[in-house]
Amino acid sequence: MNTLALPAPRLSLRRQASNLLYRRRGLLLLALLGPVLLWFGVVYLGSLFALLANAFFRLDDFTGQVVREVGVGNFVALLEPANLDSAWRTIVMAVVVTLACTVLAFPLAYYMARRARGTQKALLYIAVMLPLWSSYLVRLYAWKLLLAKEGAISWVATKLHLQWLLDLVLTTPAVGGPSLSFSTLGTFIVFVYMWLPFMVLPIMASIERIPASTLEASADLGALPATTFRNVILPLAMPGVAAGSIFTFSLTLGDYIIPQVIGDSTLFIGQIVYRQQGVAGNLPFAAAFSLVPIVVIAAYLWFAKKRGAFDAL
Amino acid sequence: MSAAVSLDRVSCVFGTGPQAVRAVDGVDLEVGAGEFFTLLGPSGSGKTTVLRMIGGFTLPTAGRICIGGQDVSLQPPYARPVNTVFQDYALFPHMSVRDNVAYPLMVRKVARAQRESRADELLALVQLPGVGDRRPAQLSGGQRQRVALARALVGQPQLLLLDEPLGALDLKLREQMQSELKALQRRLGITFIFITHDQHEALSMSDRIGVFNKGRLEQVATPQQVYNAPATRFVAQFVGAANVLEGEVAQRLTGRAAAMLRPERITLGGEAQARARGNVSEVQYFGSFTRLRVDLGDTHLQADLPAGTAAPQAGQSVHLHWDDGALHALQST
Repeated sequence: MNTLALPAPRLSLRRQASNLLYRRRGLLLLALLGPVLLWFGVVYLGSLFALLANAFFRLDDFTGQVVREVGVGNFVALLEPANLDSAWRTIVMAVVVTLACTVLAFPLAYYMARRARGTQKALLYIAVMLPLWSSYLVRLYAWKLLLAKEGAISWVATKLHLQWLLDLVLTTPAVGGPSLSFSTLGTFIVFVYMWLPFMVLPIMASIERIPASTLEASADLGALPATTFRNVILPLAMPGVAAGSIFTFSLTLGDYIIPQVIGDSTLFIGQIVYRQQGVAGNLPFAAAFSLVPIVVIAAYLWFAKKRGAFDAL
Repeated sequence: MSAAVSLDRVSCVFGTGPQAVRAVDGVDLEVGAGEFFTLLGPSGSGKTTVLRMIGGFTLPTAGRICIGGQDVSLQPPYARPVNTVFQDYALFPHMSVRDNVAYPLMVRKVARAQRESRADELLALVQLPGVGDRRPAQLSGGQRQRVALARALVGQPQLLLLDEPLGALDLKLREQMQSELKALQRRLGITFIFITHDQHEALSMSDRIGVFNKGRLEQVATPQQVYNAPATRFVAQFVGAANVLEGEVAQRLTGRAAAMLRPERITLGGEAQARARGNVSEVQYFGSFTRLRVDLGDTHLQADLPAGTAAPQAGQSVHLHWDDGALHALQST
């Protein structure tokens, strides 16, 4: 019988290295996770703590220098009515934007996950992702034009003889303004547009993970589609909704460009932080204010966990 | 015997045009009340599609399906008086075992205390007391299977569909569940429609078996009839081991155009009155029997020798004997 003689493996450097990694799994783990942990641990967490520390310093009004003395003056200043009002407006906007994104995203995500196949699914994917391919600022200024007094939306409303409806909306206190681009409603519309993809994708992923037989079982056991939705689909899609809402919620809380370009002149948290650290040079107060979204998000996550949003994970 | 389920020329076609697949092709079937009926067939033979059409998950392309005399052909699953045990159990992962079992009662708005005590009763019935507070993920495969069974039974359906429910269990557990399922079915008097591709399971559990092949029912009969008098060559070969003889060979050996001879009906003996003579080409040991492959020159036969009889060696020459009654004539195809 002929046997093929394999040459004895030469212990090349490459082979030695891979043998070493095979024997010592920890080394491989370190090589893979080391860089990213360094990035997160030192660069990200480090700056976060530096920010936190800054919040306890104060700005000398006379010299404009940061005085490195620990105190809670910045947090007291946060409680001034104007600041509280901005924080409150931002949080309400973030909640409403998140709710609107959820309601809009869910049917689309459901359809993409359970019904769409092949080309149709690919096209829907592209439709959801397409806005993210172009610059955020380009899209923002495009919306500025759409929402302007002489803009496309106003023009369509006039042509449809619905100018009265637009005027009615714009005269509504709290949401209205001289035109859509100078109203809180406009800010809301643009926020929802900007963050919608971040809600669609996680919800779709969580619905895709629900086995078809689970839904069939629910129907088989006598549940009408609405009952199945409430008792099976929604709870199982909740981790996706929670993940998406963390995106939409925190993005809204932190954004300072959208409310700058579109909306009335009242300030959002992001704008205050931006102005304090930029124009005013009051880094300590900006740091204190930027802790507000962090605390709100932490509270939100705690609440979501308590309500069982992650039970199906 | 009144019909619990009847299928009247039911067909199901998936896709359209040249890619269309005729998964089920004009099936007529009646299953009696209280019967343990098994749909047996290889994968892709249409048995699962038939079950899904009875459950309402797939709608028939043509034909009529009646459950308890009611035409349900186009009704959704939640309107049909039938429950299903799914192959992957399909338990709700976010609910406790008790809430899973109580789900059909919750849907029907039964009060919480009442439905929970009923769920616990059902868990006791399937011999799983005390696991009500756990999540399905904390149970073993066999336990999940029982939970799925309890959940399908809690609404007291008159008809239960079981889609290869034992397929994922290991052999010992499967055998235990087979006898438990059968006992449960007798005790509750419910009609069971059971799907399997395992012929042993079908033979040992069923009152009647429907054998599927390529979307058609090849035979509907009792296990004894299916085994001893298979209607077609396919049934003969799918259910149990079979020597199928055709043409000239069949004429020479059996005097029939086509015939089936079960391997265990063949015995070894002396030259006198031997039906055939050949060389043993292969010997396989199975414990309770030994299977020989005997070369007859123009064909070969399988012969099973019971444990305790001396088995010949490969290469040895043997004489084969069988009774006329062991032969079953097949329609030549």
